[in-house]
Amino acid sequence: MSAAPPAALADPMLPAPWRVRAVRRETADVVTLDLVPLASGVPCFAPGQFNMIYAYGVGEVPVSLSGDPADRSCFVHTVRAVGEVSAAIAGAAPGSVLGLRGPFGSAWPVDAAAGHDLLIVAGGLGLAPLRPAIYRVLARSERFGRIAVLYGGRGPAELLFRDELAVWGARADVTVAVTVDHADPSWHGHVGVVPALIGQIGFDPPNTVALLCGPEVMLRFTATALRAAGVAAERIHLSMERNMKCAIGLCGHCQFGPDFVCQDGPVLRYDRIAARLAVREI
Amino acid sequence: MSPTAPPGPDAQTAPVLLDRAGLQALVDALVARGFDVIGPTLRDGAIVYDRIADLAALPAGWTDRQEAGRYRLERRADAALFGYAVGPQSWKRFLHPPEETLWRARRQDDGFTITPEPPSPAPFAFLGVRACELHAIAIQDRVFLGGAHRDPGYTARRQGAFLVALNCGTAAGTCFCASMGTGPRAESGFDLALTELIDAARHDFLAVAGSEAGAALLAVLPTRPAGPEATAAAEAVLARTEAGMGRHLDTNGLKERLQANPEHPRWDEVAARCLACANCTLVCPTCFCTSVADHTDLAGTEATRVKRWDSCFTADFSFIHGGSVRASGKSRYRQWLTHKLAHWIDQFGSSGCVGCGRCIAWCPVGIDITAEAAAIRAMPGKAVGEGKGGNA
Repeated sequence: MSAAPPAALADPMLPAPWRVRAVRRETADVVTLDLVPLASGVPCFAPGQFNMIYAYGVGEVPVSLSGDPADRSCFVHTVRAVGEVSAAIAGAAPGSVLGLRGPFGSAWPVDAAAGHDLLIVAGGLGLAPLRPAIYRVLARSERFGRIAVLYGGRGPAELLFRDELAVWGARADVTVAVTVDHADPSWHGHVGVVPALIGQIGFDPPNTVALLCGPEVMLRFTATALRAAGVAAERIHLSMERNMKCAIGLCGHCQFGPDFVCQDGPVLRYDRIAARLAVREI
Repeated sequence: MSPTAPPGPDAQTAPVLLDRAGLQALVDALVARGFDVIGPTLRDGAIVYDRIADLAALPAGWTDRQEAGRYRLERRADAALFGYAVGPQSWKRFLHPPEETLWRARRQDDGFTITPEPPSPAPFAFLGVRACELHAIAIQDRVFLGGAHRDPGYTARRQGAFLVALNCGTAAGTCFCASMGTGPRAESGFDLALTELIDAARHDFLAVAGSEAGAALLAVLPTRPAGPEATAAAEAVLARTEAGMGRHLDTNGLKERLQANPEHPRWDEVAARCLACANCTLVCPTCFCTSVADHTDLAGTEATRVKRWDSCFTADFSFIHGGSVRASGKSRYRQWLTHKLAHWIDQFGSSGCVGCGRCIAWCPVGIDITAEAAAIRAMPGKAVGEGKGGNA
């Protein structure tokens, strides 16, 4: 699935000003921002794509889109404050202005997965880049076989989008299973790692497409578990994370073997990257 | 010449001869046409590219001796102007400068405005571009102009540039362009190509044009026809240079071996010698990686973004939250060599190495890319399916 070209940027390194329309706190260090452009319309994006977001005078980082691709009123980004730039973005007040370039990168193969069982497997913040795919799938769920969302977090307080997970879980057309590494007294659900959920849901492995996003170690173990269950390597898709400065294949930072994660990825096919995913420090 | 329409050898005109005064007339004509003329000069014990207006600035009578970890200038017996191989710099520093301001942002009551930095004014004319360097420029053209997104600054600088190539009259001990298929003959991608002919009886430059702009310029210079003797002498210069190459890189099957051997013991062995100083990436004429830095003035009213050369040998290069992806020196050397000689072919359709030998000479511990590649190539690795992992 090819990505939509960035909206008419003569200079692809030039951020456009976008205003923070709303801020929602997700966890102690994660917020979701609704952004609206000051000077143009909201471009189309494909689930899985990302933008480069600039905080004035501080810097720029890649952040996946986490909103509904059918909603053309704003761009939605979910950001964890882990460094100077992401902290500045996560701390942006409603009404303030951020710079934005994009959208960039490859997309989840949502339409190509039609007719198959679909496993959407997320770890931690990895649910955010998968949420646009979930919205698109659930908007026309009859196109797919069985649909499952498997989600793991460190603890109940670190889980994203818990209200939405409950809404999705109540639907008849999707199975939602959530697990945490460390429970607290409020938790009555699964405890353990995400790959352990795979054996607990019904799906037809030879006819399954899987979309994975999370920490790299979680991606490796989940992909291995899916392969062991009989899912074809070419039907497993992973979203990778690497350092990025330009997002247009020119700065060299995001290289992962022969791929530039910014434009060949972030969504990559497991059969094409399995060998290098197993090598440390590639 | 325009990077969009590289002429082949067919576009070249019949050779003519320029004497030393004729070469000065070429420089004068380029200056008169508004070019910022850059050529070889002597500085700090090395031959470096800098602005010139007079041939007196050229390193007449100097040559370079290069070996692993070693670069020394020596006197030649003659007064050749281009009697050296390559210095530490390449033309990269002009087309893809070490530091470039991308834009400036100004804070306003309601957010901020961003203004792109205007491109540098005068177009460049390069005097003395070697065949390996023409190939390096062509490689960076594919990086910066050949993809979905063009680099605006490189586009502007490259499109205006006038390239005077020079067929090499001497090879260094670190040279291996002949084995990379990138030299020593300048075959295409230039506006003019010169071969320096010097002996007791003459000091001439055999010149051919490789573009319309080159032919137009040549037509106004004081030239005389080159007879078969001069053409034969120029061929002899190239044959001698090719025979004088100090090194060789066998690329047959190298890409596959490198991509199949990420755990080869040689990576540990070279990592024990490598200082991760990044010299090789800075002197390499094709290494293109950059970082960006954001600055504000003290009042916070203006912010700038500056692009700078970066290197895959730095710890910061691959940093994501939690740490650097490539924390060890081993992984960084492996990244550089595997990218240069293998992944580059998947990404841009050619090797990223042109055989100029700079990384060998300017490595403080004398690590030799040809020796490292040969060591990996010598051992077959398990076949690993590699290639681009794109989702398309």
